Amino acid sequence: MSEIQPVTPEPLIEARAITKSFGRTPALRGASVSVGAGEILAVMGPSGSGKSTLLHCLAGIFPPDDGEIVFGGQRLDQLSEASRTELRRTVFGFVFQFGQLVPELTAADNVALPLLLNRVRRRAAYQEAFGWLDRLGLEGKDGRRTGELSGGEAQRVAVARALAIKPRVLFADEPTGSLDSLTGERVMDLLVGLAREEGTTVVLVTHDARVAAYAEREVVVRDGKVATLEPSGTDGGLR
Amino acid sequence: MSVPLTLLGLLEREPSHGYDLKRDYDRYFGRGKPLPYGQVYATLARLARDGKALAGPAEPGDGPDRKRYAITPAGVAEVGAWLAEPAEPEPHLQTVLFAKVMLALMLGRPAGRYLDAQRAAHLRRMRKLTEVKRAGPLVDTLLADYGLFHLEADLRWIDTTSARLSELAEMVRAS
Repeated sequence: MSEIQPVTPEPLIEARAITKSFGRTPALRGASVSVGAGEILAVMGPSGSGKSTLLHCLAGIFPPDDGEIVFGGQRLDQLSEASRTELRRTVFGFVFQFGQLVPELTAADNVALPLLLNRVRRRAAYQEAFGWLDRLGLEGKDGRRTGELSGGEAQRVAVARALAIKPRVLFADEPTGSLDSLTGERVMDLLVGLAREEGTTVVLVTHDARVAAYAEREVVVRDGKVATLEPSGTDGGLR
Repeated sequence: MSVPLTLLGLLEREPSHGYDLKRDYDRYFGRGKPLPYGQVYATLARLARDGKALAGPAEPGDGPDRKRYAITPAGVAEVGAWLAEPAEPEPHLQTVLFAKVMLALMLGRPAGRYLDAQRAAHLRRMRKLTEVKRAGPLVDTLLADYGLFHLEADLRWIDTTSARLSELAEMVRAS
């Protein structure tokens, strides 16, 4: 079992003044952000601003050099690598621009895989996988290898795979970055619609304002810090 | 673009004659459409009437109006409120946003914060249009798409301008 207990204080996940460098290159310089339970947050910013690094730190993929990551009221940055790995397998879902599917496996295999890793019985895992593929409009595609699917279909399989474990937080890094405009919209419609139905918290990294417009709130990462875009008349400066 | 507010903003830098204001307006904001002298003096008279500017005594010399105008505290407050208030997000805002950024830099006001506020206003509008698309019929989707693509173009300009603010500020200071 994960060390994280299923309690839901507000916010659900939070970065507090985190820093992260790769070698001598600083990526985050005291970034702070909080995400409420069930919220869909867009993280925007120019290339190299640190937005993907922030997502990786929030998801426990990279431990920050300094600062705190708090998930469900507990310090994620203090967990062991094994515990963070378990968390990522059982509580967090991921959709990346590409690369997270196994192209030699079928769509159903790919969606069932994380369930099987979580010790769900084979028949139940595949039933769940078929159900998610249907919800994503991929009826009849379950037996196709994902390497043979179109970009949009493959990305919908990736969304199905991420949501199949019923994650508390879905981390999406440029999920439509390799898709054309209309296909990207279809993927975002499904991702956001299903996340809302399931009450899943979403952290969505994107440089695309039209993708960010699917979120309920947005923050901008600049030079490794998070700038919150506040309504007129309030301080919208760097935090 | 609001000519009275832009002239008022130029007055905030320093008390000026109508001639100086016209020269600077044409240089920064005219874009090939010089402001007629008549409009400059009529606007200054209205600003003085409304308590946003003060006209000094007439000075000796040629020309239609040799008064030096100075901004009042009410005028300063009006310029500040105008700069801070995001414009209604709609297509073809470029001239208003451009004027606000340039004036903010001239006056040493926080241009980056104004751009952030405008950015947030644009994204709020884009969220509403996205919801329209998700819930509405195809005709609504097409109309929403039109708005979204134009707002996205504005946002790209806002992002690029944000990245160039330091360079722009140096240019404004040097000129």
